[in-house]
Amino acid sequence: MWNKRKEEDSAPRVAATPAPPAEAAREAQAAAAPAPPSRLTALEAPRGVAAIGKSVIIKGQILSREDLYLDGEMEGTVEVPEHRLTIGPHAKLAASIRAREVVVLGAVNGNVEASEKIDLRKDAKLVGDIKTGGIIIEDGAYFKGSIDIVKGAPEPVVRPATIPRVAQSPYAAAAASPVSATNLAAGEPRR
Amino acid sequence: MFNGRWKPLTRADPGGGSRVTQVPPSRQAMQAIVRGSGGRRGREPVAYTRHSNGIEQFFDQIRSEPGLRILDLSGASQANIAFITNLGHKLYSEDLLQSLDLAFGDGDFFANQLEPARAAAFLAQSLNFPDEEFDGVLAWDVLEYLAPPLLAAAVERLNRAMKPGSALLAMFHAEERAEAIPVYYYRICDASTLLLTFRQERRPAQYFNNRAVERLFQSCAAVKFFLTRDALREVIVRR
Repeated sequence: MWNKRKEEDSAPRVAATPAPPAEAAREAQAAAAPAPPSRLTALEAPRGVAAIGKSVIIKGQILSREDLYLDGEMEGTVEVPEHRLTIGPHAKLAASIRAREVVVLGAVNGNVEASEKIDLRKDAKLVGDIKTGGIIIEDGAYFKGSIDIVKGAPEPVVRPATIPRVAQSPYAAAAASPVSATNLAAGEPRR
Repeated sequence: MFNGRWKPLTRADPGGGSRVTQVPPSRQAMQAIVRGSGGRRGREPVAYTRHSNGIEQFFDQIRSEPGLRILDLSGASQANIAFITNLGHKLYSEDLLQSLDLAFGDGDFFANQLEPARAAAFLAQSLNFPDEEFDGVLAWDVLEYLAPPLLAAAVERLNRAMKPGSALLAMFHAEERAEAIPVYYYRICDASTLLLTFRQERRPAQYFNNRAVERLFQSCAAVKFFLTRDALREVIVRR
């Protein structure tokens, strides 16, 4: 209710004519409902999400069992194992992070583990190693570190013996057959 | 202006398909675009795809063996991350050009690189890797912007960080008299195709001919050159 005017300001003004009553009611209902976090709304803490503001400084450990928006300074560890962590544009984190999904708009110095995906936005700065199921990097984001894409764990299904073992992750395959430098040297080009 | 030979893109798009031609812009066309006099769309960034023998050779060596560690010195990009990790490799990313600007960008860029303390700090921060850590290094064209003493130290560090038998891909502009040369974002479209997106124009530290490149990598086992249509020398170096 109190935020209705603000939402109306930020919404694209495409219709100057008054909407029919039924449509207007639907729009009002939609405006009252909490919108799912999207790329456009990620700059501000979405309603219904736990938020830590930009003037807050935390040293220690955060463990959240709901979506978390973090826009302050943080030193330590952040764990949001089953939910989404959004690191706001003013955030400065020197922390290791573990979450289901991580969206970075600010600065992070530390390792990040996102079981589902990590999203580095245009002005994000991340120095550290990433271990994730998927990654999205916008042009302009600064990243320094290693990226380890972890494929989903295989389903606990007993497979027939006739199926070859190629479905396992490449890392498991690499561990089973270590890389030999002599293989690389075999195809040495001539000058 | 464009004569139907190539089309500028408004954003990097490896999957651009028909919107990206395989003919690079001429030097004059590139300079006109940088000046903003390239016609109605003159201020838009330029991108084009082309075949790359260098990238083909590089990935020929590593494609069959998953789980390798690749160092990319041009910064993280969606296309390169997707391509390399889809091969099953692990990627280490560092934007060396941006790190150079941060370390030496205040004042005379090349004179600052000659200060021993600043050079040492840069090497410790940006090229501090364990010995024999990487199976491949994508250096692209960033080595052109290092002053000679710092370049020698950087190559020595990269050499140490590479495993024996591993490969390094570097690019050097072949225009001897150029005051400034275009800097690109290099996006891997597939195992033999690159998308080059114009990033900026800047002055190189020195001009490299084939002999200069051979001297630079004289401690390596082999150096192989490919001259491209857009006046770039693609160099594959075998550790």
